[in-house]
Amino acid sequence: MSGGLLLRNGEAVAATRLPVLPVPEWREAILDAVDGRARISSLFGHREPDGRVRLTAVLARDAASTLEVLCADPGDVYPALTPECPQAHLFEREIAEQWAIRPEGHPWFKPVRFHRPLRDVEPVLPECAAAEIQPCVTRFFRMDGDEIHEVAVGPVHAGIIEPGHFRFQCHGETVFHLEISLGYQHRGVERALVGGPDARSIHYAETLAGDTTIGHATAYSQAIEALAACRVPARAHLLRALALELERLANHTGDLGALAADVGYLPTSAYCGRIRGDFLNLTALLCGSRFGRRFVRPGGVTFDLEAARLQEMAGRFEQAMKDVTVAVNLLWETNSVRARFEETGIVPEQAALEIGLVGPAARASGRERDARVDFPSGAYRFIQPPISTAPGGDVQARAYVRWLEIQRSADFIRDVFKAMVPGEFRAAPGPLKPESFVVTMVEGWRGEICHAALTDERGRLRRYKVVDPSFHNWFGLALALRGQPISDFPLCNKSFNLSYCGHDL
Amino acid sequence: MSVSGLIPVLAALTLSPLLFGVINKVKALVAGRQGPPVLQLYYDLLKLSRKGAVYSATTSWLFRAGLVGGVAAVVAALLLVPLGGTPAVFAFRGDFILALYLLGVARFFLVAAAMDTGSAFEGMGASREVFFSALAELALFVVLAALAHGTQTGTLSAMLGGVTPELWRAETPSLALLLIALVLVLLAENARIPVDDPNTHLELTMIHEVMVLDHGGPDFALVLYTSALKLWLFAALVVGVLPIHDGPPAAAFAAGLAGMALVAALVGVVESAMARLRLARVPQLLLGAAALALVGFLLLAAG
Repeated sequence: MSGGLLLRNGEAVAATRLPVLPVPEWREAILDAVDGRARISSLFGHREPDGRVRLTAVLARDAASTLEVLCADPGDVYPALTPECPQAHLFEREIAEQWAIRPEGHPWFKPVRFHRPLRDVEPVLPECAAAEIQPCVTRFFRMDGDEIHEVAVGPVHAGIIEPGHFRFQCHGETVFHLEISLGYQHRGVERALVGGPDARSIHYAETLAGDTTIGHATAYSQAIEALAACRVPARAHLLRALALELERLANHTGDLGALAADVGYLPTSAYCGRIRGDFLNLTALLCGSRFGRRFVRPGGVTFDLEAARLQEMAGRFEQAMKDVTVAVNLLWETNSVRARFEETGIVPEQAALEIGLVGPAARASGRERDARVDFPSGAYRFIQPPISTAPGGDVQARAYVRWLEIQRSADFIRDVFKAMVPGEFRAAPGPLKPESFVVTMVEGWRGEICHAALTDERGRLRRYKVVDPSFHNWFGLALALRGQPISDFPLCNKSFNLSYCGHDL
Repeated sequence: MSVSGLIPVLAALTLSPLLFGVINKVKALVAGRQGPPVLQLYYDLLKLSRKGAVYSATTSWLFRAGLVGGVAAVVAALLLVPLGGTPAVFAFRGDFILALYLLGVARFFLVAAAMDTGSAFEGMGASREVFFSALAELALFVVLAALAHGTQTGTLSAMLGGVTPELWRAETPSLALLLIALVLVLLAENARIPVDDPNTHLELTMIHEVMVLDHGGPDFALVLYTSALKLWLFAALVVGVLPIHDGPPAAAFAAGLAGMALVAALVGVVESAMARLRLARVPQLLLGAAALALVGFLLLAAG
């Protein structure tokens, strides 16, 4: 045993029970656990009342369905985990940027979001010491050579997407290295949540990543409910799961259509664009908002699904499933599409393991990893969709996993329709317990959403840490591009379809 | 010189934007959409020509000269291409070689203008364009040489007017191969699927479109118009190989125009039915087209 506290998903504990280890033991425990049994779900700093910065690691032991939490007080400098544990690299950069703590020996020591430290000390990253910090003005990795050329893409892109900067080092058409620099969307959500919950908090949670409204709002609500020891009615759990799966269906369908568009395959692209709208409209039927805004609230949900609407929803749902089946199967039956998807943008299973990939991207590299099964909460404790995996780690696998998940989500939704028990759909959460800590995990459509909340002595949020799946997966995209033709970047990018604002927070 | 040869040229100058309208209409119908009006490119050209142009500070006179040179070269090539049995304005022995090189000149201007911007995207597009068109040129030369041999003539007007129903009956396999090769060259040279995707907004995957990212307003209108003329020219070559040039001149010309619409519809169907090739596979397609043309040539020569 490595000395961490073992928790369940959504199990609140007194903060005093969190073990604070000396830095060498803390490091050793993390490295030991990550080498096989666990992976880093979250790693963040917060300020203790006495001003010290404490680091908290949340390790996910998928097979045991437990979360291991262990803390350390590193002072201003500590030996970095990254050289031995690559999946810590972005977390340690984030800690350096937010708290001006130097992870000594970090091989890729650059800012994440380009802002001043959260405490009043000198930044340790040179980029963040500038009088006026410019996003993505940093020391990019460069290659030299007569035949090497550099291509810079973004932050302004051709489509209507979010801003981000991509720097390619190319030899002819082949990409040697892709560096991704983000931070343009940094809004300071985590900072804004501190001192809450207040009237704004849930809105911040819903807009952490706009296309994952239900996912993040559910993770947030579960954290608040756990801290308030609020019992959520079963019906609310079912309605939340229904909304979460509809969100998954809409996004997966839209992405499969977008993948088709990226290879210039008209039929699937045209049909899926519409069918995505059909799924969004089902969410609108549920709560009035196509993206599920104002539906999930701490304590339950805002709208019930009475029998008549359930009937209508079930009918429209089956029609949409029929349409999407036809549209998506065209992809697998068309040779020219398969020729583009297969062997493109491969992330090997070992790489996926080492960098801690989550969600469909991890499952497409053969990793059986799904928070709905590994860390079930709400309705998923009773009805579990099977984990969908595919071998290969290429665009085809990432596309096919989406299709498998569409089908299994559909089965799940049918089960939910049948299981819809009558009863209350909203409870009132009371005040939060003081000095408590909770971690909640929700499998959003992009992968594992991890929220960690810590309350102060008055029951207000002292720290609220959000890890969007994009935070784990952006580096996977960079790996997928190694040795690929640069013309396949848009296709690889779409196969991950990561969130910029979910990363930038 | 033939005065009636001005008719195909005038048709090209006025009707070529319709080809894009037909392609997009077909694609829209297949996708279950209504689609833009067939005249959309005319509206776009009108809109763009009313706008102002913006020039990057890194461009020089070459950038602007490239446009004019490009459209001039394509129009000059059109003077050599017949349509629907109506001979071209100029016809002389070996004029098809001049026509192909005029297209090369147009490409030179386009590429020079793209390189002049100094943008990494446009340089990449220029490199792709030059590479692929060098391969497409090979196929095109073999096709035209085979036609010259098959019809025992040396001018485009005579070659394309000389593909009669009798010749098709006698040489069906070889003419069919030449036709396929010609269609593949048309798709490649005009930035259509499976070689390029005219609808994509993703710079990194583009070939042709990425070279004109820095053109705006009236300049971009000229770029679009040049593309339309070029598509018309290649479509006229394809239609020229079809056996529809018998009968009275007016009827043959009408058949030629109908053939143009048919070619556009075919492009639309191809674009609706398949995905783009991986960029690294495009040379295989073009060399395959050249090989088909060569087999066609050999069959003709042996027959």
